[in-house]
Amino acid sequence: MASKFEIQNLNAWFGLKHVLKNINMKIEEKAVTAIIGPSGCGKTTFIRCLNRMHETTPGARVSGRVIFNGVDIYGNGVDPVMVRRKIGMVFQKPNPFPMMSIYDNVAVGLKLNGVKDRKILDAAVRRSLELANLWDEVKDDLNKPGVSLSGGQQQRLCIARALAVEPEVLLMDEPCSALDPIATAKIEALIRKLAENYTVIIVTHNIQQAARVSDYTAFFYLGELVEYGLTKQIFENPKHELTERYLTGEFG
Amino acid sequence: MNYYRLRVFKNRLMQLLVYLALFSALAPLLSILFEVIRRGFSTINFDFFIKPTPTVGEARGGVANAIQGTLITIGFASLIGVPVGLMSGIFLSEYGESKLAVAVRFLHDVLSGIPSIVIGVFAYALITRSIGFSVAAAAFALAVIMIPIVTRTTEEALRLVPVSIREAAIALGIPRWKTTITIVFSSAKRAIVTGILLSTARIAGESAPVLVSMGFWRWWFAGLDRPAANLALNIFIFAMSPFENWIALAWGSALVLILLVLGISVATRAFTRGY
Repeated sequence: MASKFEIQNLNAWFGLKHVLKNINMKIEEKAVTAIIGPSGCGKTTFIRCLNRMHETTPGARVSGRVIFNGVDIYGNGVDPVMVRRKIGMVFQKPNPFPMMSIYDNVAVGLKLNGVKDRKILDAAVRRSLELANLWDEVKDDLNKPGVSLSGGQQQRLCIARALAVEPEVLLMDEPCSALDPIATAKIEALIRKLAENYTVIIVTHNIQQAARVSDYTAFFYLGELVEYGLTKQIFENPKHELTERYLTGEFG
Repeated sequence: MNYYRLRVFKNRLMQLLVYLALFSALAPLLSILFEVIRRGFSTINFDFFIKPTPTVGEARGGVANAIQGTLITIGFASLIGVPVGLMSGIFLSEYGESKLAVAVRFLHDVLSGIPSIVIGVFAYALITRSIGFSVAAAAFALAVIMIPIVTRTTEEALRLVPVSIREAAIALGIPRWKTTITIVFSSAKRAIVTGILLSTARIAGESAPVLVSMGFWRWWFAGLDRPAANLALNIFIFAMSPFENWIALAWGSALVLILLVLGISVATRAFTRGY
């Protein structure tokens, strides 16, 4: 398997607060990598560094290298906008664009990147909604507002929106934390399906979820990467005492 | 049990007070509307909308020239005021933390507090003195009145758009400026349009700055460097005149002005109706 990301000495700050310390890891292509760890350990900051979202927060700073497809995304002359087109993101709370229809929510990324051909847009909307397992539920209501859907549907709509611009990677920041168990199960099934063609990196608070959906798991604690490896190995035979204590629920 | 009855009583009393307050707030408004419609309606006929200001002795005449002049003046004022206001609003909401932004915000607050007559005198000194009493000078004065209103409502509206919406757009690989002018703007569209509307309504009713910079004009629009008739000024001048037919026209102008403002409002609402 090939590495999609190679992260070298990644550090991140919010103002003076050092939130990620010297992270080194490789992330495999077309696999699901789960990022777990207690609150405030830097999980979310970590994935936000992978598509250069971290720096959009005032006072935020990054150092180190994130090599994506052989290119350092923090290198000179790299346009963060182009990085984000290749590396999509789904957020903790479903956030469809409020004034837009379901169709427009999915099509907007392409439209704003200059695609005007209605046929191409129609095809992209259908393909993305099908990929996100939402097409059958909304195909007759494409002109209804995106926010009229249920929470779980909204989150799948957001996944479709991210997929529409044809990224190679999907970053997911606790995508199920605002959803009920049934909606969560649907998203988890979807994540497995997406891993056939995409590199998925998912931050989760839910240890069982990491075990269910991921191929690799990284355990972060206080801004450091404590342990990283195959999910099976991490869960069955953790090398670090800290990892074992976290996985057995000793602290959370 | 006693407490419960006391609470019910207090609830009723407060409800009564709230309704009384509502009524006393609405009463002047409704009586103005009623009076303007009653007096204005009788003066309105076909001539009223197609004929310009009558001469003193002339019986037939209308406010067609004033409607034309008002629309042209407001139009030109909006042409200056809306883009400047929108842009400063975007600047304040997107770069609101910088020192320049703090200064700009403060100046807008000062500007919105300046009496409109002072702005009229400003336009007089700046434009009227060089090119004469003119639509250009009045439009400029009204634009200056509009700018802080449009700016502040735009800023407020854009700030109300949640960060999560901006982030969603930025994460899609949409550049920040496009995010602002499409996604963020469309989410805030209604509030912004309402702000523009309010400012248009406000300047449609301004008379003092118009009087100082453009003056009264009884004829049709004759160019930006000339004055034009104006509904608000019509009311001001006609109402103080001793002539019966002019006083009647003042009421008619008042009614038309109210209908104009109402019309803009309804039309724009219908326009922005979406989700």
